[in-house]
Amino acid sequence: MLTRFSKGALVAFSATLLSVAAVQVQAETLRLITWGGYAPDDVVAEFEKQTGIDVQITLSNNEDMISKLRATGGAGFDLAQPSQDRIVGVQRQFNIYQPIDYSRVKTAQLQDSMLKATREATALKGHAYGVPAVWGTSGLIVHDEVADQVKDYTDLCRPELAGHVSYRLKRPTLIGFAYAMGLDPFAAYADQDAYRDIMRQVEQRLIDCKSNVKTYWTGGDQLLSLLRTGEVKAAMAWDAGGWKLHAEDPSIHFVAPASGALGWIDTFAIPRRSENLDAAYQWINFVMQPEIAARITNSSGNFTASKGADEFVKAKLRDAYRDSFNAAALDNIKWYPPVPPGLEQTEGQVLDRIQAAQ
Amino acid sequence: MNKVHHQHARRLSLWLLLTPFVLWIGLLVLLPHLQMLRVSFQVRESWDSVTWGLDQYAHFFTEPYYWRTFLRTGLMSLLTMILTLVVAFPIAWYIARLARGRARGWLFLACLIPFWASELVRTYGWMILLRESGVFSALLQWFGFAPTEMLYNDVAVVVGLVYNGLLFMVVPLVTTLDGLDESLVEAGYDLGGGHFTVMREIVVPWAMPGIVSGCIVVFMLTLGSYLTPTLMGGKDSAWFTQQIFTQFITRFNWEQGAALGILLLLLSSLMIWLGLRLTGQSLRKVMG
Repeated sequence: MLTRFSKGALVAFSATLLSVAAVQVQAETLRLITWGGYAPDDVVAEFEKQTGIDVQITLSNNEDMISKLRATGGAGFDLAQPSQDRIVGVQRQFNIYQPIDYSRVKTAQLQDSMLKATREATALKGHAYGVPAVWGTSGLIVHDEVADQVKDYTDLCRPELAGHVSYRLKRPTLIGFAYAMGLDPFAAYADQDAYRDIMRQVEQRLIDCKSNVKTYWTGGDQLLSLLRTGEVKAAMAWDAGGWKLHAEDPSIHFVAPASGALGWIDTFAIPRRSENLDAAYQWINFVMQPEIAARITNSSGNFTASKGADEFVKAKLRDAYRDSFNAAALDNIKWYPPVPPGLEQTEGQVLDRIQAAQ
Repeated sequence: MNKVHHQHARRLSLWLLLTPFVLWIGLLVLLPHLQMLRVSFQVRESWDSVTWGLDQYAHFFTEPYYWRTFLRTGLMSLLTMILTLVVAFPIAWYIARLARGRARGWLFLACLIPFWASELVRTYGWMILLRESGVFSALLQWFGFAPTEMLYNDVAVVVGLVYNGLLFMVVPLVTTLDGLDESLVEAGYDLGGGHFTVMREIVVPWAMPGIVSGCIVVFMLTLGSYLTPTLMGGKDSAWFTQQIFTQFITRFNWEQGAALGILLLLLSSLMIWLGLRLTGQSLRKVMG
């Protein structure tokens, strides 16, 4: 009885294993770890139809991407989209990416200045580890009611706004506040002591400001709902979120702060143990076509590195963008340089102390 | 011959039945914890070399925000546990002793149904009720009060945690109270005891195994919860699990995260040991 049972179970078990293996062999897959909005459904569907490759998407953020890839030594995903300032330091420390083979990337589709910047920012030992994909900025989302009071990050600490302010408790906030306080954190990146000194001042400022904050937002949707309901009137946030809200409610604007918006470029980077390089490069070349890239802009609100995509972008979004950035504000964008290892430890302690302060 | 074969089969089936459990404990509980213990003693010298040491544990004691959050988490979990007991006891008493027949089943179901949804959904439910543009605030405004923010403070966190723990307190209490012989309670009154005396001398001692097991489960759940304190506490929601998460995920500092995790494990084990000691219960009696 028992033996018959275990035989049956064994057969069933191996059948299951076989079928799992068969599925994996049959369909070619691309496992993509990316940000919300960077792989809209219709773009994925078109790619799958054209190439026959099945795309599996995991939504993530910078820290989560690094953590996941670090845990597996760069396996589990075929393509990732970390920000360009978070590649070199991480690569030196954890070795989770492989160099980009630029001969397989259609570089003619990409904006030259951005391509050059990303290749430089992600260079390590003669190889580049990133292809520019999507860029955007952090700045201020402001309600008309308080627009005349909020011109810079530090204005979020004005007592008049108590209880109606929100920002994230993450490194962009530290850096934004440092600039607004007249300091230059990027210049101090290479000098740990100088950086620590800057962070100490920012820490004090943010602890003093804590009573003004309604809550530290942790996700895009949470922030949008806070602003939509009017519970929060001014926040430090991404430009795309601001433009999205502006489309719903014209009294909400994204404003480039006086001390400069903080600019980031998200890239394509290939994990060290990617199992489908072909599909990864195909995806990169596919989504950077102007018309496809414009669809990503329309869905995420962020502009891409694709050359000529602007003309396919929704007019409303283009107008909102021009409304937020005049030429001077564009020039004033502070682009994140690569984060040297060790810096995040300092920042982490500062953030912990702010979180725990009463 | 046949007997030997029989014994063999029995032993084999025992092992087969035990296998999932052993695999579970070994691979998913024991092994990761041992690995975590190992990592917690690693000290990163620079980004590619590692030595052994107690640095992470030293950080815990020298950086006040770690042990302050640690204490805060422990104390708030204790408070949550006590409040849950206070709220759950009358409910359990009613279900076990007063409700009859069908009503009993319905009441039990009413306690159970919220747990068919996940913790995340329940927490968002509370957020919809408590936020400034939420249900309670709207109700108050209708009565002429100013908009009030009830979310993002410690009270909100405790409310959410008590709600999450309720079922796990009610179930063991109902089970033990159910077995309490009515004649014991009557005898108590017959011998001249008041409500309070009967409660203290008869009901509570009888229900003690249920109380302790409920308390242990609720305390552990609360201590280890992450979503509720994070979402409902907002800016002041310093919770120890949150710090562990931050160390692992946001700071890539697995060494510190592992040390904090081990400390949390020690704290919870210590609290259970203390709880059992103070109430004079044994783990076998409480869990059996």
